Amino acid sequence: MAATEHPSYKVIGTRPVRPDGVEKVTGKAQYGADVRLPGMIHGKILRSPHAHARVLSIDTSEAEKVPGVMAVVTRADFPVAEDVVQDLGEGAVSVKELSDNVLASDKVLYRGHAVAAVAATSPHIAEEAAGRIRVEYAVLPPVLAVRDAMREDAPLLDEQRVTKEMGGQGSGRPSNVASHLRFAGGDVEAAFAAADEVVEREFTTKMVHQGYIEPQNSTASWNADGTLTIWTSTQGAFVVRSQVAEVLRLPVSQIRVIPMEIGGGFGGKIPIYLDPVAALLSKKSGRPVKIVMSRTDVFEATGPTSGSYIRMKMARKDDRITAVQATLAYEAGAYPGSAVGAGAMTMLSPYNIENFVIDAYDVCVNKPKTSAYRAPGAPAAAFATEQMIDELAKNAKLDPLELRLKNSAHEGTRMVNGAVFPRIGAEETVRAALTSPHYRSPIEGPNRGRGVASGFWFNAGLQSSVVASANSDGTVNLIEGSTDIGGTRASLAMQLAETLGLPFEAVRPTVADTDSISYNDVTGGSRVTFASGLAVYEAGQELRKEMVRRAAKLLGVDEAELVYEDGGVQSTRDATKRLRFSEIAAKAGQTGGPIAGKGAVQARGVGAAFGTHVVDVEVDPETGKVQILRYTAVQDVGTAVHPSYVEGQIQGGVAQGVGWALNEEYYYDESGRLLNASYLDYRMPTALDLPLIETVLVEVPNPGHPYGVRGVGEVPIVPPLAAVANAIAEATGHRFRDLPISPRRIMEETQGLA
Amino acid sequence: MARTYVQATINGVATDFLCEPRQSLLEVLRDELGLTGTKEGCNNGNCGACSVLLNGRLVNACCVLGVEIDGAEVTTIEGIGNPDRLHPLQQAFLEEAALQCGVCTPGFIVSAKALLDKEPHPDEQRVRYWLAGNLCRCTGYDKIVRAVLKAADDMEPARQ
Amino acid sequence: MIDRARVTAQPVALLGPNPTLRMPVEAFDYVAPRSLAEAYAHLGNGRTSLLLAGGTDVIVQLREGRKRCDQLIDLKHIPELMRFGFAPDGTLEVGAAAPLAALYEDAEVLRRVPALVDAASIIGGTAIQSRASLGGNLCNASPAADSSAALMVLGARLLIGSASGTRELPVEELFAGPGVNTLQPSELLVQVRIPPQPPRSGAFYLRFIPRNEMDIAVASAGARLELNATGDRIEGARIALGAVGPTPLMAKAAAEALAGEVPGEEAFARAGELAAGVASPITDMRGSVAQRKRLASVLTVRALRGALQRAREAR
Repeated sequence: MAATEHPSYKVIGTRPVRPDGVEKVTGKAQYGADVRLPGMIHGKILRSPHAHARVLSIDTSEAEKVPGVMAVVTRADFPVAEDVVQDLGEGAVSVKELSDNVLASDKVLYRGHAVAAVAATSPHIAEEAAGRIRVEYAVLPPVLAVRDAMREDAPLLDEQRVTKEMGGQGSGRPSNVASHLRFAGGDVEAAFAAADEVVEREFTTKMVHQGYIEPQNSTASWNADGTLTIWTSTQGAFVVRSQVAEVLRLPVSQIRVIPMEIGGGFGGKIPIYLDPVAALLSKKSGRPVKIVMSRTDVFEATGPTSGSYIRMKMARKDDRITAVQATLAYEAGAYPGSAVGAGAMTMLSPYNIENFVIDAYDVCVNKPKTSAYRAPGAPAAAFATEQMIDELAKNAKLDPLELRLKNSAHEGTRMVNGAVFPRIGAEETVRAALTSPHYRSPIEGPNRGRGVASGFWFNAGLQSSVVASANSDGTVNLIEGSTDIGGTRASLAMQLAETLGLPFEAVRPTVADTDSISYNDVTGGSRVTFASGLAVYEAGQELRKEMVRRAAKLLGVDEAELVYEDGGVQSTRDATKRLRFSEIAAKAGQTGGPIAGKGAVQARGVGAAFGTHVVDVEVDPETGKVQILRYTAVQDVGTAVHPSYVEGQIQGGVAQGVGWALNEEYYYDESGRLLNASYLDYRMPTALDLPLIETVLVEVPNPGHPYGVRGVGEVPIVPPLAAVANAIAEATGHRFRDLPISPRRIMEETQGLA
Repeated sequence: MARTYVQATINGVATDFLCEPRQSLLEVLRDELGLTGTKEGCNNGNCGACSVLLNGRLVNACCVLGVEIDGAEVTTIEGIGNPDRLHPLQQAFLEEAALQCGVCTPGFIVSAKALLDKEPHPDEQRVRYWLAGNLCRCTGYDKIVRAVLKAADDMEPARQ
Repeated sequence: MIDRARVTAQPVALLGPNPTLRMPVEAFDYVAPRSLAEAYAHLGNGRTSLLLAGGTDVIVQLREGRKRCDQLIDLKHIPELMRFGFAPDGTLEVGAAAPLAALYEDAEVLRRVPALVDAASIIGGTAIQSRASLGGNLCNASPAADSSAALMVLGARLLIGSASGTRELPVEELFAGPGVNTLQPSELLVQVRIPPQPPRSGAFYLRFIPRNEMDIAVASAGARLELNATGDRIEGARIALGAVGPTPLMAKAAAEALAGEVPGEEAFARAGELAAGVASPITDMRGSVAQRKRLASVLTVRALRGALQRAREAR
């Protein structure tokens, strides 16, 4: 349901069938693993059985003898990687580390780290041959948990690494701590001294995976003219292009990346893993090479999100949160680059808290290199903040939502990083939660509890470009470069239809490859409907102007007397002088040739996202099993372009958050072997584990977008961890500050099991 | 590598192929027959992306060998509806926005069809139970469950 | 400080594929005998064999390199292995390769042996149950297999066949350890025989999993209760536990302690404690020792409650 009315849009706010829908429900849509090319062969990757080891030698001779094998690749086949830092997607990446993660050089840093690869006429032959590659390792002790890795005597993943201190001098000693950030404001000590209550707590979360159903894949063809074509499932074709160009030291102009349909990503399909390997196997074999990861590979060797340790101290005076001191340490995995900075910057953002000191540490451990996962860094941080607020509210006998409302951020509030909020909907989501039928209903029965929590995510802008071309039949081809991971063809086509006053069906969106459209950043940061939407709007405006010019010629009047409205061009002087969009498009050849508009933006005016969730749980006091009884997610969505897909984003984020809260975790043994690298034991929620998920769409239009669009995809995963924990605290009388809150943990805590 | 000759009826069409015994039905469908609507998500029977009907029963194609289907009837997503005449489940998935990335969608539709063929009027809990073997990571299942219930309703007049 | 001693650890030379890596599925032959005699002949031909019933375990094990074979013998074309039904004496005879779904969809099986349906209907999801069989679930010998504990309390016996004849054994004697059964390489499981249940008895099976479906049991329990003619005393009981030891376990002391007792919470609680005493679980990604021991007790009580209700309904 929509809590506010929006302007009288004709297309925006409706729920049309998505343009790519029929292909997807009939099995015709082509995903990355569906690519079949003439002469194509299959690649398999040999991976490290050790979590930490030096690679002493690799002997591929036995593999090369296997009949059917056409190429073998090791790191020796790669160009020497420069130790330079490039912005290749969501943030800066060291090219050396990126290359080392794609195929190990001197060291393997996690179990599953790619070491070598084989291409053969069948996947089975390639797999057999990969098993015959002999690798000599010097096994080193692994370090797996973030606090262990921070100890001075911890095994070092990189002996050259010293901690980068923001604005200060580090110790200069080698360390697994890659960087330390600090955000500070006000006077925390004074605020703590003046407080009515101060609470200090510790929280931990485990590494978890995005869990997208489609494994990573790549098909590469090294063409006779030296160009390289890559077909892959990715969140950003241009980002694949630039990463591959860096690793293989090719000019981007020699690489064409064709984005296939993508079976989920949630941030995990931004980094490259397979593409350079497939490319070199293709170069060596002279054949197109396809590599598809197994599910075990996906768990062991792609980028999950960090496990974390957070210590937090929070002060309350009356009904105000007056100070926070926090330390966050996130597992980066094998190479630096966790989202701990984002965790630090988001953890207090729903609130207006004057005094704060936040220290954030990015720490390398012998586990896979983490990558983005839906609001990266924010959920673990909110898990801490939102439980602290809940505890303070309970101690002070305040309604936890009222306390949030009293401390809510609003227009003009400064975030910990100094940025000042424009118009935001933080308060509105709390208010809507307070008045929701769910929150107003009683919760009754033993072992049941209700929890609430809020969350924030920045959302991203970045670069987008589109081209819109009028067809002679009055339809418009919309060429875009943002891969469509969950309905953005629809949300962009709707914005163009709105801009042009045309029906939704008149716009035909296509996701183009890297040779066919100018640069687009990744589908990530909840940015596509917003930022590519801005590009669409710009293209639409250009088309409108051109339509007016062409209509002036056709009508024989001055442009100045014409306006574009309601899907056509109208004279302001003579009501009978009007041409429909389709009439002008049909005569383009007589008025100056093809009609096209383009939009190319570096998007500004990003609208931040806030959500507040309410959840009821029941806990089996004997087994510790948690059932989600009811769930309501309130979110400021700016303008719901396609409300069904907005609801879907929220429901999906909630489901992932509930999984993270209750059962999902990377479960390692001491040697660094992941013991639950399968869907059987990783335990993502099934259809039977969740109720219907109620959504309340609050629409506080983003002033930075002509249709008020805010990104909606990420923030819904931020509140659930704490909301569920708060509900369990109510149901059991026990606070759980370590994730997952599995039946085992609940039994241990409530029944005193060792 | 010795390959075995297999004859089967796939989506109503008499089909024959050669395959190695170690190739799964999933590999045969995708790699040998070009029926790529059936997806690989886990390859060990835990995600349902490769759901197909084997002699009318719902199975995971990754847990069946290609050689096993000699003489059998197999229905894949390609055999359910077509762009001109969608199955009510397909139509309901579109109208209810029951897909986001869409990679699990063929499996869900095949699985839900197996349910509705057997039980035309399942309730919400029954739908959730039946679909528990199909993982979706995008939707939180809400709209999928609604779509299956809607399709069951929509199919009612056709049965009368 | 860099710990030099650690950095310069001794090289470990690995000859051939690393044993900790998953091995690829090696090529094998597939045979589909039409009779038991033909199957026994394959078993005796000197090649390493694996048996294929529903395949939901063995195909994955082959793919993930956890098992290998020269030949895979498909049992699904042998009519007696696919049939199930009640013998004149009331014994439910289930062909070892019959799919679980066919079994639990049978109204007579549900009415007469509901505890078997408790187990058969929760092994994997619906797609798994279309193929998976009792024979496969048992012979795979997982300590957590759902059918094992249910069949143990039902007093099921197994008909084992080979070229040299047949033999019968109680189901609990099939299990030798995790993934290991007591069959000889020349033998195969032909039939699971569930005898007619005693009058005034009821049996129940349940497991604990963190999700609501698609998990392997963290622990499980089956129970059967026989009541006296007036229904106020327990005449006999059987209790079996899954996933709390290297094999499924009979909890004999717990069962014996129930004999002569008034059926109800007090007796059940004591039985639960005794049942936990036989549990010797491990800690792994699915659960801990302490959790599993506690669950053995909780689930025993719940299984007894379910069994009591069914026993009362049977009176």
